[in-house]
Amino acid sequence: MTDEKSPNKGFRLDDPAFIRGLTQPRLTRRGVLGAGAMGMAALAMPRFAHADSGAMPIPLDAKWEKWWKQQKPTKELVFANWPYYIDVTDDGKKHPSLDNFTKATGIDVKYLETIQGNAPFYAKIAPVLKSGQSIGNDIIVMTNTWQLTELMMQDFLVPLWQEKLPNFFKNASPSVISPDYDKGNKYTVTWQSGMTGIAYNPKLTGREITSFEDLWDPKFAGHVGMMSDLTELGSAAMLKLGIDPAKSTPEDWKKAAAILEDQKKKGIVRQYYDQSYITALENGDTWITQAWSGDVFQAHAKGFKDLKFIVPKEGVMLWHDNMMIPKGAKNPLSALEWMNFYYTAETAGLIEDYVNYICPVPSAQAYIKDVIKDADVADSPLVFPTKEMYAKTHDFYTFKSFDEYQAWQSTFSPVVQG
Amino acid sequence: MSATESRAARLRGLGRGAAPYLLSLPSWAYLTAFFVVPMAAMLSMSLATGNPITGYVFSWNFAEFGRAVSQYDTQLLRSFGYGALSTFITLVLTYPVAYWIAFYGGRHKGTFLFLILLPFFVSFVIRTLAWQFILADQGFLFGTLKQLHILPERFYLLSSTTAVIGGLVYNSVAYYILPLYVALEKIDRRVVRAAGDLYASPVATFWKVILPLSAPGIFAGFLLVFVTNVGDFVNAAVLGGPGTTMIGNIIQYNFFDAQNYPMAATLSSILMFLLIVCIYVYARIFGAEQIQEYAA
Amino acid sequence: MSGVPSTLDEGRRGPARWLLAVYSGLFLIYTLVPIAVMITFSFNQAPNGRVSLRWIGFTLDSYRHAFAIADLTTALIHSLVVAVVAMIASVVIATPLALALARYRFRGKSATDVVIFADIAAPAVVVGASLLSLFLTLNLPRGLFTIFIAHIAFDIAFAVVVIRARVATLDPALDRAAADLGATPWVAFWTVTFPLILPGIIGAGMLAFALSIDDLIITSFVAGQTLTFPLWVYGAVKTGIPPQVFVLSTLIFLGGALIAVLNSVLAHRAGRRAAA
Repeated sequence: MTDEKSPNKGFRLDDPAFIRGLTQPRLTRRGVLGAGAMGMAALAMPRFAHADSGAMPIPLDAKWEKWWKQQKPTKELVFANWPYYIDVTDDGKKHPSLDNFTKATGIDVKYLETIQGNAPFYAKIAPVLKSGQSIGNDIIVMTNTWQLTELMMQDFLVPLWQEKLPNFFKNASPSVISPDYDKGNKYTVTWQSGMTGIAYNPKLTGREITSFEDLWDPKFAGHVGMMSDLTELGSAAMLKLGIDPAKSTPEDWKKAAAILEDQKKKGIVRQYYDQSYITALENGDTWITQAWSGDVFQAHAKGFKDLKFIVPKEGVMLWHDNMMIPKGAKNPLSALEWMNFYYTAETAGLIEDYVNYICPVPSAQAYIKDVIKDADVADSPLVFPTKEMYAKTHDFYTFKSFDEYQAWQSTFSPVVQG
Repeated sequence: MSATESRAARLRGLGRGAAPYLLSLPSWAYLTAFFVVPMAAMLSMSLATGNPITGYVFSWNFAEFGRAVSQYDTQLLRSFGYGALSTFITLVLTYPVAYWIAFYGGRHKGTFLFLILLPFFVSFVIRTLAWQFILADQGFLFGTLKQLHILPERFYLLSSTTAVIGGLVYNSVAYYILPLYVALEKIDRRVVRAAGDLYASPVATFWKVILPLSAPGIFAGFLLVFVTNVGDFVNAAVLGGPGTTMIGNIIQYNFFDAQNYPMAATLSSILMFLLIVCIYVYARIFGAEQIQEYAA
Repeated sequence: MSGVPSTLDEGRRGPARWLLAVYSGLFLIYTLVPIAVMITFSFNQAPNGRVSLRWIGFTLDSYRHAFAIADLTTALIHSLVVAVVAMIASVVIATPLALALARYRFRGKSATDVVIFADIAAPAVVVGASLLSLFLTLNLPRGLFTIFIAHIAFDIAFAVVVIRARVATLDPALDRAAADLGATPWVAFWTVTFPLILPGIIGAGMLAFALSIDDLIITSFVAGQTLTFPLWVYGAVKTGIPPQVFVLSTLIFLGGALIAVLNSVLAHRAGRRAAA
């Protein structure tokens, strides 16, 4: 079964060698689920458009150049991220990558795992930023969702002083340079990318899963998990209908909502889940579910070795989680310093070997293989996707305005909230 | 009466007149600043128009109320239904226990009461999560029953109305048992014994004497539990499934996901209004003093 | 044990009494089931740093590292501090109002009643959101201080209700008697009223403490980056909770159980002494 990697059968990611690599206890392989992946807004990513990037730093406008030059270096950095989204030592107390950074620069990092969803996090910080106050963080991590677009539209972010990020321009994967949701990387650099496909428990489904069609199979009634995130939910339905979400129209949205409504009415859907979908899959509540790449391998480490993750034949959704500096940050120069430090094979490799989503630094592959000696992660098409893999990815629809976002939300929210 | 005496008397009189105001002042000041003012501001938000990008502006826009009712009538009705049902079940489950402790607890009353309340030392998030563990499809309970073929493989209880109401009931036990206990404990045992002599049947004694005498506790608990459960969203989020969304979940969604603050505020206003109507009706029927006395 | 008997004549209602006792026992088990699960799984191995539903193996590791997650420990301390502060402050503010409501008729009394009701009846989401907008307007940075403010605001209403109930049971003649004996209202309050309403104040304080320590929704709005125990746990639920959550809760639970046992022993002794 494992060699059935023909494109129309669905790319198998449960290759035994791959899973072995991911489940062997090199480091304690704790959660990764943080990824959030509620990807929404723009991407239409120019895949390989910049093959071995000729990208250059873009100069700041006069106002921001002046602002940046007034900033004094500090010895502190407050970094807010999603839970289980960075390397950690066995006792759970230290983050080696951050310790290396402190050793190299003398900057102490206060690392917070306070982000649990794009929308709720945005709802928490927006009023603060709107009143012109500091949210107390120097770096935050947000998915390329509507909320990220909103942060930019509302002028809540500090434009990056790109001269200070030489490593980014030297080492970043073309897939994260100048994405559509942030042209020229004016405000953001990617922390991790990831995919949304299907995970299932073969013992309970009793057969192999290859397609989004399977999420509508009445045989699994009461045991199909769908995501409560409306962008993920709507996009999955469109992939099933053969519609490219990025190019979809409000008409398509209605069609997608109709088949989702049908799926619910027939009692096929067990529940609409947030990040907790993985617990439901582990517990056997769901037999088959929409899933983010990475989570299943965490489940393996927890002892749920039967679970599988697949890229359905219709394709997968691709999203990016990005680092950015919110206005009011007290240590902006330290933030730049970390971003630059992250975009090296050593740091990105160290973190990637633990996190296992999609690494934004291709040279980390060799580092993981030769220095960390973890060939399974290094060779994984999930962590370092091949061109064939990228060809199967789809982008989320780009909301151009709040009205559009609201139109999408009101099309799909009755499905989840009925 | 000397001048000083009358002055003192006058002062005392004045003091007595001003006393309730002086005594109320700290609470008034606090609740005005941190409850009434923010609440009024919040309710005015329900009349605002705009979007999160341009900001919301107050505009006497009542349209949101119509939209809220037409769009979320199901969830509103469901919340009140779940609230009433779960409260009633809690009453039926806890009354005998409160009765037993109050009447037969002897000198260990306090200990028994404490034992019943002990689980509530553990955060309700964890308690609800524990139920999710227990009721999992392949968990140690249902998993075992399924292996023994006592339950069909497809059977499940989580993600259902039953599970949500079960969670609501479990989490309100403490809030109901206390007022019931207080009311039952107050009943003069001589009255009960006299009633026993008159009616002879213990059942008749219960229905004609004990139950009416414990009514304040029943209604106080009902109010407290009902109000909490109607506005709850955690049980529906952790134990519910499609078709169990409550109005609390909708308000939360509109605040945190849709950023539709006027809709969230409108739904909050409607919910507050309906609950206050419930309380008012109760107060008219049973007298406000009794709620005050027993609500806690 | 003279006067009103505290238990009913047992002979007459034997079967009903035993049925009730058995039922109450079963009910107690029902309330304890989730707790038993929590305690059991606090001894389960957690190879991935998170609690698993599957039984993997017995370990004391999680207890050995009960305080290993610094953020969680800090969150627990925050919760305790908030609950204590809110308990004391709300009782101090609420007691005078409870006295006023129970003893006087005055203008604004019914308005006060309405506000107290509304405070109890207000959905937590509404209270939280409205306070957040206020703090933003005032430019108050969110943290422990704003959590205090919010918790005191919802605790006051409950405290007023409980204390008022106690005051209502007192004979106002007591105060008048004290006044006739020449006591100033201040002295009369501390020597006569206060000791009598103290049980009500303690009850109100305990309720305020319980409400505060378990509050999730309101706190989530006003906490800023500060995390309390329920906030931390609810956040972790989505990604899988570490065993330390179960361990700390088990310790808290056992602390409570210990108090219950002590209480029972003391009651037993007191009972015996009274009998002797």
